[in-house]
Amino acid sequence: MKRLLVAAFLAGTLLSSFAPACAEEVSQYIPLPTYRVGAYASSGELWWGGERDYFRYINEVEGGVEGVKLNYEEFETEWSPDRTVEVYERVKAGKDGSPLAFFFTHGTPATYALLEKAAADKIPLIDPAGGKTETVDGTVFPYAFPLLFSYYSQASTGINYIAEKVGGFDKLKGLKIATVYHDSAYGRASQPAVDALGRKYGFENIQIPVADPGNEQSPQWRQIREQKPDWLFLRTWGVSTVVALKTAQRFGFPADHIIGDVWAGSESDVIPAGTAAIGYSALAPYPGGTDFEIHKRLKAEILDKGKSDLRDQKLFGAVNYNIGLVNAALAVEALRTGYKHFGARPLNGEEGRWAFEHLTIDDKRLEEIGFKGLLQQIRITPTDHEGGGAARIQSWDGEKWVLQTDWIKADHELLNPLIKEGAAAYAKENGITPRTPETETN
Amino acid sequence: MNMFLETLIGGLLAGTMYSLVAIGFVLIYKASGVFNYAQGSLLLFGALTFVTLTDQGVPALGAIALTIALLILTAIAIEKLLLRPLTNRSPMTLFMATLGLSYVVEGVAQGIMGSQVRALNLGIDDLPIFLGDIMISQFDLIAAAVALAIVVVLSLLFNRTRIGIQLRGVADDTRAALSLGIDINRIWQIVWAVAGLVGLVAGLLWGARQGVQFSLSLVVLKALPVLIIGGFTSIPGAIVGGLIVGAGESLAETYIGPYLGGGITPWFAYVLALVFLFIRPAGLFGERQIERV
Repeated sequence: MKRLLVAAFLAGTLLSSFAPACAEEVSQYIPLPTYRVGAYASSGELWWGGERDYFRYINEVEGGVEGVKLNYEEFETEWSPDRTVEVYERVKAGKDGSPLAFFFTHGTPATYALLEKAAADKIPLIDPAGGKTETVDGTVFPYAFPLLFSYYSQASTGINYIAEKVGGFDKLKGLKIATVYHDSAYGRASQPAVDALGRKYGFENIQIPVADPGNEQSPQWRQIREQKPDWLFLRTWGVSTVVALKTAQRFGFPADHIIGDVWAGSESDVIPAGTAAIGYSALAPYPGGTDFEIHKRLKAEILDKGKSDLRDQKLFGAVNYNIGLVNAALAVEALRTGYKHFGARPLNGEEGRWAFEHLTIDDKRLEEIGFKGLLQQIRITPTDHEGGGAARIQSWDGEKWVLQTDWIKADHELLNPLIKEGAAAYAKENGITPRTPETETN
Repeated sequence: MNMFLETLIGGLLAGTMYSLVAIGFVLIYKASGVFNYAQGSLLLFGALTFVTLTDQGVPALGAIALTIALLILTAIAIEKLLLRPLTNRSPMTLFMATLGLSYVVEGVAQGIMGSQVRALNLGIDDLPIFLGDIMISQFDLIAAAVALAIVVVLSLLFNRTRIGIQLRGVADDTRAALSLGIDINRIWQIVWAVAGLVGLVAGLLWGARQGVQFSLSLVVLKALPVLIIGGFTSIPGAIVGGLIVGAGESLAETYIGPYLGGGITPWFAYVLALVFLFIRPAGLFGERQIERV
C-alpha cells in the first residue's frame, strides 16, 4: 500500500510538471522591447497597452492563433537602440522551445541598428510605419518589414491631401510647401520623396530642421514667417511637435494648414498645445477613437473584465493605443498565415519571413477581425514589404481626433523607382545579390 | 535690421528660461560644492505634482502650497537620507549620489503620477506683442520678469536675512561656519528646498510651453553651458550666461544655421561654452579656485 501511495505521488508529481510543459509546448514566443519609462513613456505606455490587450484577447477569447497561444514578454529599453540590440541578442534563440518568428523593433533607430544582424540571423524585423524606407524592397532586404506606411508614403499621402484641399494636383504648381522636421534619420527620411514630388507637381520644397529635443523653435518659425509657405508638413516627434504648434500660433501660421505625420499625430502631441492645436491635421494609418468593432470586443472581453493593461482606461482608443492594436493584429494575422502553411506550431525566423511575405488582409478579413476602418487593406509580397501605403487624415477639434477622409493612397508609381534605386545602392555597397523570389520554393 | 533685433530680443528672453533652470544648480553648488544632477528630476517632480493636484480638482493656490510643502519634505529627506551619510565624501561621490537620486525621483514621480503628457495652463497665452515691426513673445516676456523677480528675492534672502548670511558663510568656508556653530545640515535642507522651489517655477514655465512630461527633466541639458559661461557659483552669472546662450543660439540658428544645414542650437551652446572654458575657465562670474600645492 505504501509503495502504491509513493508511486501515485510520483506519478502525480510527474504529471503535474508534464501537463504545463505540454500546454506551453505550442506557444509562440514574442519578445516586446518596450519603453514604459523615459522620454517617450507617454507614447509607450499606451502602445504596449494596445499590443498586450490584443494578444490577451487572442489567447483568452479566441484560444490563440489557430490554437497556438502567444507567449509575450516585455523588456524595458527606454527607446534606446543599444538596449533593443541587447534584447535582440538575448531573445534571438527563442524561449521555452519556441524559436523566434519575428522581432518587433518598436523604433526606427533600433531597426537601423539591427538591419544587418537580423539578416544574418534570418529573423524578420517588424517596424510598421517606421524603419528604413528602402527596406520596402524585399529582394534586397528579405528580413526587414516596414509594414503599412513607409516614410516616402507618408510624404506622398500628405501631398495628395494638400492637392485635395487646394482643388487638384495642377493647383500645387507654384505653391510653397515647407517641412519642419526633427533633425534625425527619422526626420530626414522623407526628403527624397518630397523632392521628387516637388519636381513632379511644381511646388517649392522648403526644408527646415529642428534639432532634438526641439523645445525652442523661434528661429525656425521666424524663417517660416519670412518664406511664407502655403502649407506646412510637420515631421517632428515628442516635445518638438507641441512646441512647433505653439510657436506656429505665436507666429500666426494657421493650424489648419499644418499636416503632421504619423509620429506627430497622437493625443500627447496636441493636448499640451491647447488651442494652438485646434484644426491641426495628421496622417493616420492608425486612426484614433473607439468607433471600431474591435474596440467593442475588447471592451466586453478585456476592459470590462478588468484584464486590460491600460492604467488609465480613459485612454482606451487613443492613437498610441490603437497603434499597439494594429501592430499586434498584423503579427497575429501573419502568424495565422504561417500556421496555415507550415502547421500550427511555433515558427522560426525563415518561416516567419514567409508568413509575413504572404500576409493579405482584405476587406472581408478586416470585417471578421473587427479592424474595418482602423486598418487599411494590406498585401505583402516578397518584393513589397510595405503592402499598404495609405492613411486617413484626422483633425484635432480641441477634444478628440475627427476623421476627415477615407484611406488616401501614396503615389507608388513615383515612389517605387526611388525605393528601388536606394535599395540597389545599398545592395551594391554591401555586396548583396538581390534575391529572385519567383525562383524560390517553400 | 528688424529681423536681427527680433532674433536678438527673442533669444535673450528665451535665455532667461535657461537661467531659471541654471539658478537651481548654482544654489546647491554654492552651498555644498555638489553638482546636483537631480535638479532636472526635481523640476519634473514639482511640475508633475502641481498638475496632478490640479487635475484632481485642487485649486491652483492650494496645489502650489501642497507642492511647495512636498518639495520641502523632499529636501529634508534628501539631506537626511542621502547627503548626511555621505558627509566628507569626495565631490564625485556626491555627484554620483545625485545621479542615482535623479533615477529614483523620476521613477517614483512617474510611477505614482503616471507618464502621460499633461497640459499645463498658467493663464499666460503665448501670443505675440509687437513693438513696431518687432515681434516679442508675451510668454517669454513674463518668464523673464519671473526670472528677474527670483533673482531679486534670492539676493534679498542671501544679503538681508540671517539664514542667508549663514548660507554665505557655509559657502565661503564650511569648516569655519561649523566652528561658529552654524547648523550645516539645516542649511543644506534650506538650500535644497529653495533649489526645489526655483525648479518648480522653472518646471511650471517650461511645462506650460511644452506640456508636463518626462522630457522636462532634460531641459537641464541647457543649463550646463549656461553654468560654464556664467560660473557655477553666481546667480547673476546664471542670468548673464542664460542671456548669452539664448541670444547666441538664436542668432546662430538664424544666420549661421542655413550654411550648416540648420538645427545647430543644441551644439552651438556647447561650442560657446567651450570658448569660454578656454578664455575664462571659472566662468564670467565664477570664483577662481586657488589651491595650495
